[in-house]
Amino acid sequence: MLKDITLGQYFPGDTPAHRLDPRTKLLLVVMYIVALFCAKGVFSYGLTALTLILCVRVSRVGWKQLLRGLKPVLFIVVFTGLLNMFVTPGDPLVQLGFLQITGQGLINAVRMVLRIMLLVMGTFLLTYTTSPISLTDGLERLMNPLKKIRVPVHELAMVMSIALRFIPTLIEETDKIMSAQRARGADFESGNLLERAKAMLPILVPLFVSAFRRADELAVAMECRCYHGGEGRTKLRALQYRPSDATVLFAGAAVMTAAVVLGRFGL
Amino acid sequence: MQPILKIENLTHTYSVGTPFERSAVKDISFTVNKGEFLGIIGHTGSGKSTLIQHFNGLLRPTSGRVLLDGKDIWAAPKKIRDVRFRVGLVFQYPEYQLFEETVYKDIAFGPKNMGRSGDDLDRCVRWAAKLVGLSTSVLEKSPFELSGGQKRRVALAGVIAMEPEILVLDEPTAGLDPAGRENLMANIRDYHVNHGGTVILVSHSMDEIARNAERIIVLKSAGILMDGTPAEVFARGNELLAAGLEVPQITRVAMALHRRGVEIDPAVYTVEALHRQLLALGKGGGVC
Amino acid sequence: MSNIIETKELTYAYAMSEEDGRATVALRGVDVAIRKGAFVVVLGHNGSGKSTLAKTFNAVLLPLGGNVYVEGMDTRDEELLLEIRRRVGMVFQNPDNQIVANVVEEDVAFAPENLGVPSEEIRRRVDAALESVGMSEFVQHAPHLLSGGQKQRIAIAGVIAMEPDCIVLDEATAMLDPVGRREVLSTIHRLNREKGITVVLITHHMDEAMEADRVIVMDGGLVAMDGKPAEVFAEVDRLRSMGLTVPDTVSLLYELRHDGWTVPLSAMSVEDCAEVIAAAWKK
Repeated sequence: MLKDITLGQYFPGDTPAHRLDPRTKLLLVVMYIVALFCAKGVFSYGLTALTLILCVRVSRVGWKQLLRGLKPVLFIVVFTGLLNMFVTPGDPLVQLGFLQITGQGLINAVRMVLRIMLLVMGTFLLTYTTSPISLTDGLERLMNPLKKIRVPVHELAMVMSIALRFIPTLIEETDKIMSAQRARGADFESGNLLERAKAMLPILVPLFVSAFRRADELAVAMECRCYHGGEGRTKLRALQYRPSDATVLFAGAAVMTAAVVLGRFGL
Repeated sequence: MQPILKIENLTHTYSVGTPFERSAVKDISFTVNKGEFLGIIGHTGSGKSTLIQHFNGLLRPTSGRVLLDGKDIWAAPKKIRDVRFRVGLVFQYPEYQLFEETVYKDIAFGPKNMGRSGDDLDRCVRWAAKLVGLSTSVLEKSPFELSGGQKRRVALAGVIAMEPEILVLDEPTAGLDPAGRENLMANIRDYHVNHGGTVILVSHSMDEIARNAERIIVLKSAGILMDGTPAEVFARGNELLAAGLEVPQITRVAMALHRRGVEIDPAVYTVEALHRQLLALGKGGGVC
Repeated sequence: MSNIIETKELTYAYAMSEEDGRATVALRGVDVAIRKGAFVVVLGHNGSGKSTLAKTFNAVLLPLGGNVYVEGMDTRDEELLLEIRRRVGMVFQNPDNQIVANVVEEDVAFAPENLGVPSEEIRRRVDAALESVGMSEFVQHAPHLLSGGQKQRIAIAGVIAMEPDCIVLDEATAMLDPVGRREVLSTIHRLNREKGITVVLITHHMDEAMEADRVIVMDGGLVAMDGKPAEVFAEVDRLRSMGLTVPDTVSLLYELRHDGWTVPLSAMSVEDCAEVIAAAWKK
């Protein structure tokens, strides 16, 4: 069922990882991703992986939950792995008809698979430990300098948080509309691609109509609650940059720089 | 009486094997007879929405069977679509499922899926539109420019046009004003009386169920609490109240009168019936 | 007592429809004054103008003709817009479409945040508002997992956090089940009683009007009736002609009076109704 999607879900908790300022976490994740893409050998990969393991331990997020997050990208992981394994040129280890597996291919495959898995788990750790609200808050504050070049930073953050708020509502609605059309004999499973695309119309049209209606009503409700843009707005939870944030950020930056340097040297 | 729909030991469990495992329907059995007007009542979370989605095979029982005309509807899962044409299900707020350019096309969606075409299709679309009180001039309009009440009628017609043997309605009058509620219920009664359709009405309004149904099933926490005629069910008014359910206002008046020593049957549920009883007692009765 | 909301010869019309090029007139000259601290129910069938009227109370809609004053402030004055909306809060029909955030406390905090209230004060208001609607234990919950009645109580708390003088509920009970309706009604009655907040409840459920101080019936864009619930419901025939019903208790008393029983139509509640019938019967 659609409802079972847990993509980007937040698991409330009270660990140092949860308490960290979202800006710190966002910056750490960005550095982590850069390090991952620079990683080459055992040492650089090892260092990034170790950092992730440490963060997971601190956040007390279960490995099970983290691995479940990999499910939707499983196909991509396997596909990239296989592709790298078979198409990388080099000395063939195994010959399967016209396909061959090379040593370099094997190494590349392991590298790519590791990279995607670490990437996904790292970003999921961010969403698992940070509520969507503080995530958008953090993004808004980090992008604040962009206001000078007229980027509507507050509006973008608001759009993002409302989108997150309405995802479960719209998923539920899609489920309902599908059931209602099935009750009228709609068939979403058979037919060729074109027929199937056409069969989606009875779902998409009502979904769009309702999304527009919801947007309309929400806009009025927001105005009634005195919303008038980002100007002069305060926050229930004002972001506070604590000394611990600076320490963690500095330590993270040092470790990630080390990983990048190691990667540069092919280690 | 001829049974048409039979529910046997039906259980439906969501999220099997996860910490969220929960039975929305637990070991429910009952039979619906041909031409019956059955009311199903229970508050939110009592399992009524899950239950009715089994009647037309939208949900598959975790255990138990659903028999339509004596045949298990899941005997041939490939043919489940045929069951949906025979048991028409109108969801809550059905106007949100409208999608076609014109009212006519929208009503025709179901019958077309059945494979109907030409004069046959035209006949059932017009018949259904007329039954729910839509004028011919509305048929060529876009469903999106109609009023809320009219949209609801279009959606209802869209299911009735499939000429189902059983019509299942989930809260058909939710959100309508009193006149709109009464008109819609009149359409449904018309379908029941003049076309001999079997109707299953799900509602959380006791008054609405009391006024329309010939038999009432009361659901409570995934099981059946009561099953009987309105008089039988409302005679247990105190139990209903204890279960956190509504009792029609008139029944509550009758219960209060009963407590005050007025000799009337507390199982009445319509103004007319209580009025008749009071008149029969006579003013200053008791003595005569 | 002073009035919190006053309308003067208020008219309103919706934009022309594409089909016949005519505007739909929704209000045709409405003069009402809502007293501070009152509990007022506005009844009417769909299209009677009751929702339009409600939306002019906090400048969601501006009058086409005439004026609306909120504590003396003209709703047409753009400078006063935020102050008017802060004083007159609004709760709408669909609970899902008025919740902004995905954590209860963040949603309740939305209005004070917009008003630039300092963080500590927002915290205090959020906790007090949730307390006043009996939803304190749900501070950290995700609103989409709550029941309809609970969602509406969150919406009410979101309005209370502005510390308004008046709450307008625009058919806020229409999509709820009986349990949810009871929750919302008892909440707003308590707010009215204990905090003196003026309540304007737009509905088409007659039984919700029984406990009001005053009932206004709208028909064809005009105020058709205005008075205490007992006075309004006594006019059974007139209400029915406007597409409205009366509570079953009143119907019964009405029928009995036709048969010569001396029972007052004002006995609307179940207990009162039984009492007067029993008394008349024993006489």
